[in-house]
This record gives sequence, C-alpha cells and structure tokens, in this order.
Amino acid sequence: MEAVRNEAVNMPDGAVILGIESSCDETAAAVVKNGREVLSNIIYSQIDTHTLYGGVVPEIASRKHIEVIVQVVRKALEEAHLNIEDIDAVAVTYGPGLVGPLLVGVSYAKAYAWGTGKPLIGVHHIEGHIAANFIENKNLEPPFMCLVVSGGHTHLVNVRDYGEYEILGRTMDDAAGEAYDKVARAIGLGYPGGPKIDKAAKTGNPEAIHFPRAHVDGEEYDFSFSGLKSSVLNYLNSCEMKGETVNTADVAASFQAAVVDVLVGNSMKAVDKFGAGKFAIAGGVASNTALREAMEKACAERGVEFFRPSPILCTDNAAMIAGAAYFEYLKGNFAGPTLNAVANLKLGDR
Amino acid sequence: MNILAIDASGLAASAAVLSEGVIKAEFFVCNKLTHSETLMPMVDQVIKASGLLLSDMDAIAVTEGPGSFTGLRIGSATAKGLAEAAGKKLVGIPTVDALARNLTGFEGNIVPLMDARRNETYTGIYTLSEDDSLIVLREQCAVPLSDILEDVNKRGRRTVFLGDGVKVFEEQIRHECRVSFLFSGANNRLQRASGVAVLAEQYIMEGKGVDASLHVPVYLRVSQAERERALAGNK
Repeated sequence: MEAVRNEAVNMPDGAVILGIESSCDETAAAVVKNGREVLSNIIYSQIDTHTLYGGVVPEIASRKHIEVIVQVVRKALEEAHLNIEDIDAVAVTYGPGLVGPLLVGVSYAKAYAWGTGKPLIGVHHIEGHIAANFIENKNLEPPFMCLVVSGGHTHLVNVRDYGEYEILGRTMDDAAGEAYDKVARAIGLGYPGGPKIDKAAKTGNPEAIHFPRAHVDGEEYDFSFSGLKSSVLNYLNSCEMKGETVNTADVAASFQAAVVDVLVGNSMKAVDKFGAGKFAIAGGVASNTALREAMEKACAERGVEFFRPSPILCTDNAAMIAGAAYFEYLKGNFAGPTLNAVANLKLGDR
Repeated sequence: MNILAIDASGLAASAAVLSEGVIKAEFFVCNKLTHSETLMPMVDQVIKASGLLLSDMDAIAVTEGPGSFTGLRIGSATAKGLAEAAGKKLVGIPTVDALARNLTGFEGNIVPLMDARRNETYTGIYTLSEDDSLIVLREQCAVPLSDILEDVNKRGRRTVFLGDGVKVFEEQIRHECRVSFLFSGANNRLQRASGVAVLAEQYIMEGKGVDASLHVPVYLRVSQAERERALAGNK
C-alpha cells in the first residue's frame, strides 16, 4: 500500500470516520467518532445465500456486494444523521480477505473519497477486529494481549500500542471458525458452524469423547485445527462402521472443548510469559459462549482484566474498521488512489 | 453535456472526458497492471487534463458488461463511487456495443469478439447508419465462435472483426468465415472509454441514466457455483 503523509489535513481534537467493509460475506458501512463512539453500524449479511452452498462462494459474494454497496453506505450516513460533508475521512478494509469482495469495497471507497475530497485510509481487517474492543470498552488502552478468532483468522497478538502489533501465534492450517464449519457440516448441523455447534454443545457432554489438543512443535503459541477436524471425521466414520448412533450434542461439546482448551491454553501461556495485565478476544468466534466463559475464568484466576466486544462488534462490521482507522488518521497515514486489495495482507504491513 | 466514462471490462483500462461532443481527454493503459491500481489515478488525471471538474459532469458512464467479472466490478464500484460523490446519474453501456462504436465510416457488419473463455466469445452484430450511428443487428451475447460465424456468413455482408478475441480466434475465422472480412487495427482493437462516452451521450438523451444504487454489472453468465448447483438439481 502506498502511504501518503498529508501534513495539510487539519486535525482537530476529534474525527468522524466513515468505514466500509466487504472482505467476506457482509457488506458493511459505519460512522464512528474518535475511534470509540458508534454513530451508525449497518451490516448487510449475505449468509442466507451462502448457506445454500455450505459456505461462502467468492464470486456470489462479490456480486452481492456490488448490488448493495451504495445503499449500505447511504444508510450508514442517514442513521448517523450526517452528510458526507460532515465526515473527516473514508476508511476501507483492503485485506486480508477474499480478493473479489475486497475489490468492491476498495474501488468504491477510493472513488467516493476522491470524488468528495476526503482523505482515504486503508485498514487491515484484523486490526479492525482488535479495534472493536476499543469501541466496546472506552477505557481500554494498549498494551494488551488479544486473541483474534474467526472463520478466516486465528491470531494471538501482542498489541503494544495503537497500530503496533507483534504476532505471537497463528494457525498453521485451518482457522478456528473454519474447523467449526467443517465439523458442523460433518455432523449435519449445516452452515454457519460456529453458532450451531455452540448451541448443540450446551446439551452435550464435553468429556464424552476425547479429541486431541494439537500443539505445534517448537512454536509455543501457534495453533493447528486440521488434525482435530480429521479426528472428529474419523470418529464419525468408526461409529458408522460399527453401526453406532452418533450423539451430535456430545460430538459438538467434545469438539468445542478441544478447540477452547487450545485457544485458552496458548493464550494464557502468552499472558504468563509476557506478564500481560489485560487480555481481549475479537473476531466472529469471540461470540462463542464456551470460549468467552473459559477465557474469562482463566483471566480471573490470574488477576488479568478480560475484555470482549458484544456479538454485533465480533462479527464482520465496519464500525471496527472506522474505529481502527481513527488511530491511523491521527498519525496521518493516508492511502492514495493506487490502493489495491491484498488478499493475504500481513498484520503490521503498511 | 459533459460525461466521464470509464472502462475496466477487459485487458485494458481507460478513462475519458467528453464535453459537448468533443473528447477532451482520454487515458488508456494495457500493460498488465491491475485495473484496481490504474483506474483511479487515470480518472484523476483525465479530469485534470480535461480542464473540468467532477462536479461539471452530467453523468458517469461505465461499460456494464460483459467482460472479466472482477474487472466489471472494479469499473462498476468506481463509477458508483464517483456518481454518488458527484450526485449524478450513472449510465451502463453494453461492452460489446462500446467496442463496436470504436469504428466509424465502415460499410458492412461490425462484429466485436471478446475472449469469454470456456470456448465462447462475447459478441454481437452491428452496422452503421448513413449518419454513422450504431445499429444493433444482434444483441450482445455469449456464444461459441462457430455460432456467430454462421450468422455472419448467413448475412452475407463484408465484415470487420475487432476485440481481444481476434487474436484468440484468428485461425478459426480464416477457416470458417465465408464472407469478405478484415480485422481492425491496433488503435481500435480493444474497448476504450471514448467509445463508451460517445454511446453514453446518446443513452443519457434517451433517459437511460440511473441512480448509482440501481446499477449492476451485466455478466451474461451465472457464477460457476450456481451453474454446478443447477446441474445437481438445486440440492
């Protein structure tokens, strides 16, 4: 991304930012003041369409984004009771994510910002998820440790300062949410897997089946979920061979327990090692009740302050993008008209 | 009437400003850079070079499709952003029509050929009236090359082929085309924003401009996932 430092931009005490997000299957726009106060947060979800296909189809997602992007942005301004003239900058997710969907938001934001004479800010999707915690918790300030878990991402991040990150661990294969989707499909719960397994697990026994807790050799904080997924599939196969009925609730609860154990285990290892006083979770899977409870308990045992956004700020949304953009706005980190979508954008790359 | 026209439907990307029937400025880039990186800087430059402002435009025009799915969306999203920012109408121009509009003064049929992959071409059949306006004889469509060549042969008129498909289909055309034919030159081979702008002027006068929210690309094809699902019987 081409960083443009624009000294001429007048920066008073506050800034109202319009955020746009289209990295996967939600078309979203939001207006946020000073990185913390949400004036509007519009999310158009395509989930019903993708459910027909058992997962997100990139081409279909891209087609849906282009149909609604104008309407979603208009609605965000309307609900904030603002006109574009009242906006200080336009922010957009430029990666990571699905390139087709990303390009719709990026192309629209570039043209709209240029046409209205507003500065443009390119935002990293994961930075957005982390920033959702600043919106939810007005007093949270770096440094803190953050676990970002979603359908596409699993990152354990040391947030040193606003916009300054050190990635301690990441998944070597499937993202946590991806494992949920695959297992949910295998046990017939359908898409999206996260909320469905979470619900089914409530009536199941988490100790009924012991699924493996994978640790990556030599990488203390990294994650791996593909072995766990295979282990669930093997279990289902062996039940079928033996003609045994599968208790879906028990499989869901036992699988979820294995995921949560690893997520909490690695996170707390990092908290202990770095002596973190604050810990936050973020991303779609951060809505998972078992994960929230286990993480809260583990933090409480250590006297670590625990933060998590409300579910509406965990799912992909644009308020978090406008929130993260505020801290770039303060630094004068603006993007030019060559800003491109970067599907595999790394955290901290600018 | 002032029109800002953009195209990102194919190999090249371009932007042009037309004012009172005159092309004031045009930029065209075909060098493998992604449209996402080239289009907005071109829009910025072409507006500056035209001596006009975005707010002076009466409408924003864009090739609506067919074409590269991703390219169409880059063009469409950019056009929507510009139209919304300026508070002006957006007009979508059929890509194959815009391609045919590259030619003037030709007596005979004009047949653009875009490489549509999967053994098909995005094409159509056009001719020019005595006052040089574009007449659509066969609307743009996605068909196998042999299908359109059969039509061309049946019509029996001298034909000019253009578009990025010429390079792909040249051998087959030479083999199957029974009418006298020629290929356009390099200067009018690919779709260009100036052609889009000229057609847009006519479209605007016909009242075909729409609100930015209503514009959608015309893909002429469903996505692969939808196609496979239909084949599997909507399971």
